[in-house]
Amino acid sequence: MTAVWVTVAAVGLATMAIKAAGTLLIGDRKLPPRAQAALEHLAPALLAALVVTQALGAADRGFAIDARLAGLAAAAVALLLRAPLLLVITVAAATAALVRALA
Amino acid sequence: MRRPTRPTGGPGYLDGVRAAAPIGVAALAFGVSFGVLARSAGMGRLAPVVMSLTTFAGSAQFAAASILAAGGGVAAAVAAAVLLNLRYGPMGLSAASTFEGPWWRRALTAQLVVDESWAIAQRDDGHIDRHLLVGAGLLLAVGWVGGTAVGALAGDLVADPASLGLDAAFPALFLALLAGQIKGRSRLLAAVGGALIALALMPVAGPGIPIIAASLACLIGARRP
Repeated sequence: MTAVWVTVAAVGLATMAIKAAGTLLIGDRKLPPRAQAALEHLAPALLAALVVTQALGAADRGFAIDARLAGLAAAAVALLLRAPLLLVITVAAATAALVRALA
Repeated sequence: MRRPTRPTGGPGYLDGVRAAAPIGVAALAFGVSFGVLARSAGMGRLAPVVMSLTTFAGSAQFAAASILAAGGGVAAAVAAAVLLNLRYGPMGLSAASTFEGPWWRRALTAQLVVDESWAIAQRDDGHIDRHLLVGAGLLLAVGWVGGTAVGALAGDLVADPASLGLDAAFPALFLALLAGQIKGRSRLLAAVGGALIALALMPVAGPGIPIIAASLACLIGARRP
């Protein structure tokens, strides 16, 4: 339980500080262009890693191929069909639930 | 994204609320699923709600909760969440000039920056509209925190998240957010690099480490100024 609260406090304080940093510390000055360019690429890099780890990761390490992958594939199809976010998520969950129910 | 305007000049807070309404439904649903996941990860009832209120960033909270649940440890959970939220640095920076008032009020308003509110508040001239940001951010916060409370409190009443396919909803959400992030070749390369680094490390490194290492793929963006 202590580990949980340490995580909640640390992540909360860090996130609040990060969100406020721009307006508090830097104001309207600009970052060096290369640093700015790198940070703008952090979100795609991390989100891609999260897709991979959350869809394919086993409990500890290594891979586990299960209904999550079918859900992700259905989500990809929904995204290609330009479905709204809510539908993409619902389709993924419903597909995975269906695969598990049939398995 | 549609940007409603008022005849008196510029959008108001309510326009931000309206623009965020469809995504607010998703925020509510995912707030519920975060509450359920966090509860099943051994976080209890109160901690998930406090986390949604203070961190207010879905992907980082899901990452931290799933790393804790997988036994990855506090350091890996905090590091992964903080790395995920580093993007709010440049986002907050780009919105910095739109915030008004004393330092505490600007710092408080900046907490409403999340991917969706920031995206909704983009103006065609490259600036951020504060009214749209605040209206959208408040609606998303209400949905996210309220949903978390429902999920954390009613978690016992809800079936196993896996049987509802909720574990597949997480990668789907990240994929959908990723699709919106890929604008241009270098961002695509960063995404491919991040995925490859994670895939390479998953068999050998503990939970959280592949995600942390994947952040190095952002250096692809620093090649050209």
